[in-house]
Amino acid sequence: MMARKVVITGLGATTPIGGDVPTLWANALKGVSGAVTLEDDWVKEYDLPVTFAARAAVQPTEVLSRPETKRMDPSTQFAVVAAREAWADSGLVKEEMDQNKLAVAFATGIGGVWTLLNAWDTLREKGPRRVLPMTVPMLMPNGPAAAVSLDLGAAGGAHTPVSACASGTEAMHVGLELIRSGKADVVMVGGAEAAIHPMPMAAFASMHALSRRNDDPTKASRPYDTDRDGFVMGEGAGALVLEAEEHAIARGARIYAELAGSSVTSDAHHITAPDPEGMGATRALKAAMFDGRIQPEDVVHVNAHATSTPVGDKPEYAALKNALGDHLENVWVSATKSQMGHLLGASGAVESVLCALAIYNRKAPVTINLDNQDPEIPLKVVTGQPAQLPAEGSIVALNNSFGFGGHNAVVAIRSV
Amino acid sequence: MASNEEILAGLAEIVNSETGLDEADVQMDKSFTEDLDIDSISMMTIVVEAEEKFEVKIPDEEVKNLKTVGDAVNFIAAAQA
Repeated sequence: MMARKVVITGLGATTPIGGDVPTLWANALKGVSGAVTLEDDWVKEYDLPVTFAARAAVQPTEVLSRPETKRMDPSTQFAVVAAREAWADSGLVKEEMDQNKLAVAFATGIGGVWTLLNAWDTLREKGPRRVLPMTVPMLMPNGPAAAVSLDLGAAGGAHTPVSACASGTEAMHVGLELIRSGKADVVMVGGAEAAIHPMPMAAFASMHALSRRNDDPTKASRPYDTDRDGFVMGEGAGALVLEAEEHAIARGARIYAELAGSSVTSDAHHITAPDPEGMGATRALKAAMFDGRIQPEDVVHVNAHATSTPVGDKPEYAALKNALGDHLENVWVSATKSQMGHLLGASGAVESVLCALAIYNRKAPVTINLDNQDPEIPLKVVTGQPAQLPAEGSIVALNNSFGFGGHNAVVAIRSV
Repeated sequence: MASNEEILAGLAEIVNSETGLDEADVQMDKSFTEDLDIDSISMMTIVVEAEEKFEVKIPDEEVKNLKTVGDAVNFIAAAQA
């Protein structure tokens, strides 16, 4: 029996280059940077080695009510903002849903780190009585999934894939499986992260993962450039409504694209460094393509993981070459972290939103700051202007995400 | 030391920030659970924030006796005295 087809019918996002999907897409085609010098007192207080990050363009406190923001960690706030946009975009009506067939798979890389560390500060400074009773539900990593399921009345399960920077793409994989297996008809998938806090900033800087281009933040995220020196911390969330094709057709929904295939593998190589030959990523790419019955020639666009770290960008090229062979030279590659920084557990979700839009509009977003392309990474990168994808015929985009721990997640998104 | 009116106003501010309820709805005769629909986690948050704001201690075993806003205002006033 053929597996159920799964389609994407709603998109939501809140990111450093746009607080909603229309703004994100317009800026992604234009090529802007969301990186800014941080004005927070803690940057000077702790003398942080990295003094900039890609802040969300619209803070959730501007969109949500005060009681909502008070009871949710910032990561959950981002999740709820993005999920509400995706839900409204899908045209689905809560009251008409079979709640038991509506599920959530909402990822995070780190979870409620602001809440956890604020509560620790409160405990040390003011004692246990002042640690608020909402602390636990706010800091738990399943907070975003739980809040989204409450918001939608989704009773078909609320999952939290946690695989560092692959989390958001792994959520897509989980959602696809839930619908294919018949457990759900609709799944709100996504990822959220809010880790622009002095501790994670210090920790990522300590492992030399972050760019130190403090004097020029907007030029700091430069995937594939010979002068790349690390990633730029970002924050926000992405959300997608996945829906069984027959369910979407029955209600006359607008379909952006098909989520044709997905795969998750693990390197089993090193806790932080990617396998230098990209073998784990190769297996993930090949498996996602096999899952979606996709030939290399079908692929026209890749939204690469491409974080702008010196060691990370190369193995991904090796993996793409392994999976797509000589056809790779025809494929338009976008490294959108050049614009919005690295949203960690949210990045795969936001980049899947961009892939769905790229397929729907047949246009690939631009990569900025690529002045001198690393000769060891001869990809066909979209720079300057958005790339026009083939106007006719079936086309496929791949979205790669890799995470500390050796996690590899790939999704394949096909035109309908 | 705050007057009962000041305590009520301060408490209304805390309730508003926790629940979004209009401050004007927070009146002496209102029950936290029946009228204001405040759950136990919100109640504990309000208690902790009131302790900080009014510099008093509200023991956990007292909280169940604070059925109305007036009970809380009177308890805080007495504790401040």
